[in-house]
Amino acid sequence: MSLQATIYLVVGLTFALYIGIAIWSRAGSTSDFYVAGSGVHPVLNGMATGADWMSAASFISMAGLIAGMGYGGALFLMGWTGGYVLLAMLLAPYLRKFGKYTVPQFFGDRYYSKAASSVAVICLIIASTTYIIGQMTGVGVAFSRFLGVSHQVGVFVGMGIVFMYAVFGGMKGITYTQVAQYCVLIFAYTIPAIFISMALTGNPIPQLGLGGEFHGTGVSLLAKVDQVATDLGFPQYTTSTRISTLNMFVYTFSLMIGTAGLPHGIIRFFTVPKVRDARMSAGWALVFIGILYTTAPGVAAMAKLNLHATVNKAVKSGGDLFAPENSVLYDERPDWMKRWEVTGLLKWEDKNGDGRIQYYNDKNPPAGAVAAGWAGNELTVNRDIIVLANPEIARLPNWVIALVAAGGLAAALSTAAGLLLAISSAISHDLLKDMWMPDLTEKGELLAGKIAMACAIVVAGWLGLNPPDFAAGTVAIAFGLAASSIFPALMMGIFNKKMNKEGAMCGMIAGIGFTMIYVFAHKGLFFIKGTEFLDLFGGKPNFFLGIEPNAIGGIGALVNFAVAWIVSKMTPDPPEHIQHLVEDVRIPRGAKAVDGTHIH
Amino acid sequence: MNEDAGKAYWYATLKLIAGGLVVWFVVSYGFGILLAPALNGIKLGGYPMGFWWAQQGSMYVFIALIFIYAKLMGNLDKKFDVHEE
Repeated sequence: MSLQATIYLVVGLTFALYIGIAIWSRAGSTSDFYVAGSGVHPVLNGMATGADWMSAASFISMAGLIAGMGYGGALFLMGWTGGYVLLAMLLAPYLRKFGKYTVPQFFGDRYYSKAASSVAVICLIIASTTYIIGQMTGVGVAFSRFLGVSHQVGVFVGMGIVFMYAVFGGMKGITYTQVAQYCVLIFAYTIPAIFISMALTGNPIPQLGLGGEFHGTGVSLLAKVDQVATDLGFPQYTTSTRISTLNMFVYTFSLMIGTAGLPHGIIRFFTVPKVRDARMSAGWALVFIGILYTTAPGVAAMAKLNLHATVNKAVKSGGDLFAPENSVLYDERPDWMKRWEVTGLLKWEDKNGDGRIQYYNDKNPPAGAVAAGWAGNELTVNRDIIVLANPEIARLPNWVIALVAAGGLAAALSTAAGLLLAISSAISHDLLKDMWMPDLTEKGELLAGKIAMACAIVVAGWLGLNPPDFAAGTVAIAFGLAASSIFPALMMGIFNKKMNKEGAMCGMIAGIGFTMIYVFAHKGLFFIKGTEFLDLFGGKPNFFLGIEPNAIGGIGALVNFAVAWIVSKMTPDPPEHIQHLVEDVRIPRGAKAVDGTHIH
Repeated sequence: MNEDAGKAYWYATLKLIAGGLVVWFVVSYGFGILLAPALNGIKLGGYPMGFWWAQQGSMYVFIALIFIYAKLMGNLDKKFDVHEE
């Protein structure tokens, strides 16, 4: 069977599996949808949370970015796992005791005002829409390869599929479907990693293989990667910091607190049966997320090595990297490169006219390259394709390549659909029904939700065609927006009983405002190309302490905390009953079933 | 539950959280970022140690940390008689 046919078959089978499970265990009522976790074993619940949470950014994009960034890529790894520690210790048990379904409901009650709830909803919509832009970028990559079309067409097809998936998708909320998606996703991620680790190091476990020996050479794998990278003018793999130590610190911090502030990360902890379970399920979720996250560094370093070895024969043989015959002839390039050229995400340009592929860092050209007459880097590989191309680069069997395609689609679709549901219910229920149009019928509410979803997809898809960054980079910005707005207000709502509505609202507005201005100055107003306004700030990128826009949410969160604290000192304390409510939330006993019925 | 016991429970909770956050900070921001260049001098198999903490070790500690915290919190709930059921 041809590769393309195998891909269709495997993707088709996995989708049939999800739909089959969805029909078999159909969610009966509103509370079934949200509390799907309650009758489920905590381990299965952890898998479902993992599928919910790991998106195109984790699956498709992250390892490719780490491959490019080296050591600095650890900010994604630590950021997107360390946030679960904060969730377990600072938020999850208390949100569960609070006994509501959604973040805006928490804000409405704890900060005793619809205004506070509206501010939270708007912050959530901004962060979630940004998140979906990143997802659409990843979905576009997956579909362009899956269908053998350009990236643009891939994004359009992806928009349609995601929309259908979200509209028909009460199935999103069914725990067993998500368990199945998790299984597909994790097999798809780890199986190629095991094959590749085995081939390169003789150790089948990528976490150990990465620390192992590059087969039969007596040199460790990482030392080999370091050497190839530096010989070709790239920074040393194991020590290259992301811009600066301070930037990497703030970036990691931003992702961690963003994890504890995004709705799809926290929503499940609202509805676990007990407060005790809320703490445990954060642990189980992190176990299942950790399987992918601890594999990713191996995938990254090995893919980097394999990519270089594909275009330069001296990488494996240990010969002269700059000898003309060691650069692979373009006409003899492997099939996977041809397949990715169709998508436009991999490009070759013969700058020195020798018909061979030279892939190196021409911004810091090594002496050997200059002497050999290399006239610039000739191969451009979009980092978002690394994970999907990885099994092809390593020449793994067709069924593995097909499995990875299915895994990428599962990751991207499940999270994108979940976020769309969150946006649609935030607009139709929390904003329209609860605040602006209390007379709205249930039908009207559902319609408004679908329109909101369609708008969000069109906006995100359009921006996803010219994305502000790679998928994981855009998603990092979304985390920064959530970090600077939602997390501080949630945390202060629990740990500072004197925090009042004025403080919380001013803090959120100041935090997300600061973050948005900094991000938009670099990436354009609402990410529209050509509307950057860096000139207002002296024209130099990363002008605030050398911190990049993707990381600025960490500083935005500090602004939020500071403004909230100062404003709360200048305005009246919250009413007595709210202070008692906070005291009550801190004690596990007496946790009631979740209320606050919610549509969808 | 009287007010003093409530205060004592909350104080004990905060102490536990503070301890957890110290570990959380030390393994990631400490070993993984600030001290990574110094730790890279030590090798853990083929891994430079700072790199290992940043791309492997911190995550293993995070997972263990949540389970230990959940267990200790459970003990605390029972000791102060605020556990569920």
